[in-house]
Amino acid sequence: MSHPDLRQTVIEALLEVAPDVDASALDATRAFREQFDFDSMDTLSFVIALHQRLGIDIPERDYPQLLSLDGTVRYLAAHLGSARTTP
Amino acid sequence: MESATLTEWLVKPGQEIKRGDLVASVETSKGIIDIEIFEAGRIDQLLVAPGTEIPVGAVLATYAPAGGEPSPAAAPPIATPAMRAVAAPSLRPTSPAMPPEQKAAAPPEARVRASPAARRRALELGIDLSAVSASGAEGAITLEDVERRAAAASTPPADTRSAIAKAMSRSKREIPHYYLATTIDMRATLAWVERWNAAHAVTERLLSGALLVKSVARALAKFPELNGFWLDGRFEPSREVNVGVAIRLRQGGLVVPGIPRANELTLTNVMQQLQGLVRRARAGRLRQSDITNATITVSSLGEGGVETLYPIIYPPQVAIVGFGSIVTRPWHAGGSIVAAPLLSATLSGDHRVSDGQSGSQFLIAVDRLLQRPEEL
Repeated sequence: MSHPDLRQTVIEALLEVAPDVDASALDATRAFREQFDFDSMDTLSFVIALHQRLGIDIPERDYPQLLSLDGTVRYLAAHLGSARTTP
Repeated sequence: MESATLTEWLVKPGQEIKRGDLVASVETSKGIIDIEIFEAGRIDQLLVAPGTEIPVGAVLATYAPAGGEPSPAAAPPIATPAMRAVAAPSLRPTSPAMPPEQKAAAPPEARVRASPAARRRALELGIDLSAVSASGAEGAITLEDVERRAAAASTPPADTRSAIAKAMSRSKREIPHYYLATTIDMRATLAWVERWNAAHAVTERLLSGALLVKSVARALAKFPELNGFWLDGRFEPSREVNVGVAIRLRQGGLVVPGIPRANELTLTNVMQQLQGLVRRARAGRLRQSDITNATITVSSLGEGGVETLYPIIYPPQVAIVGFGSIVTRPWHAGGSIVAAPLLSATLSGDHRVSDGQSGSQFLIAVDRLLQRPEEL
């Protein structure tokens, strides 16, 4: 999956978790928590939404790498290849 | 809350329905609520058009229960602003002696006259039609009136705030609160959750919030005086433990949907229920069954907040439990001082029903349960 596609997938997952978020005002480098008050429930739902779309099972210890849009895309790009199981 | 507006039908006449299907959406002061059906059957007639304001209890549609006669379906009794919910079924068969036509309720008395287009637009914009000045024939509101009102007022949706104001003013006015606080060592709970989550797929992971809800629900078994309602000057204990959960909305304010019979659910189930409630609450799409008859409320600050909160009771409930943010602090354990994650747990109780002594024992029971998370 190319990076632009991956980015789009992450944004879709984010909007599924937080439909009240304004995607056009999204700052790719800032933490979701700062931008939209993301809490632990949002983080877990986000990880589940990514799992449903990409088949990736992200361990809890890696959650700190998913703080922002850029961070999430970077993490997924690095982990998808071999770890990916097609849903 | 005495009326609602039908926004959308999710079924068609003749459509087969099964228990739990969503049949319609209504707009209320709490946002849009999806109405579920509690019986299988086939939709007969839809009696109300989208955009229509309907009083609580009005007949919306008729359906034939599987293997039975067509019967009228009623609008849900929408919860009061206190978020106290009302458990009556949304679509209930009535006696066959009453033909559906007669049950098709008369339009509400105070209905505002407005063109269908105006009504639809007002719904889209979240504008209360009663606040719009009419320019149409016979005092009807036109589409232009709605647009004008929308342009003039950039009023934020004040409904959530006014609902909170109403319920909390009543609480402070009527309920003689007492407040208790304790500190719970969360080392065992958090370590167990971490182990659980490392061993389970993302879809089965837990948050400590689910354990807090479950421990409160379980601990209530021995404290019936904290679980129920104060109604008509006396306490009505509840056999069911339905835990209301205060959910913060990103745009401000909160809603308090509930988890029915939380004491009987597994931790995984409590977690799934919590996830569903948060998702639907924040999307403004709570279901009728989410607005369950909460018999007690849990308010949890989550991460990054202050250590302690002193919540006030949602009438007509008689107790509310507050959990602060978990903080790492020095803690005395086994003869030494260690750094431990600590949770402040508070109970606000209604002194007309319970005393500090039983409230204190209740918080101790919650603490004990959290020390043995594997048994929750």
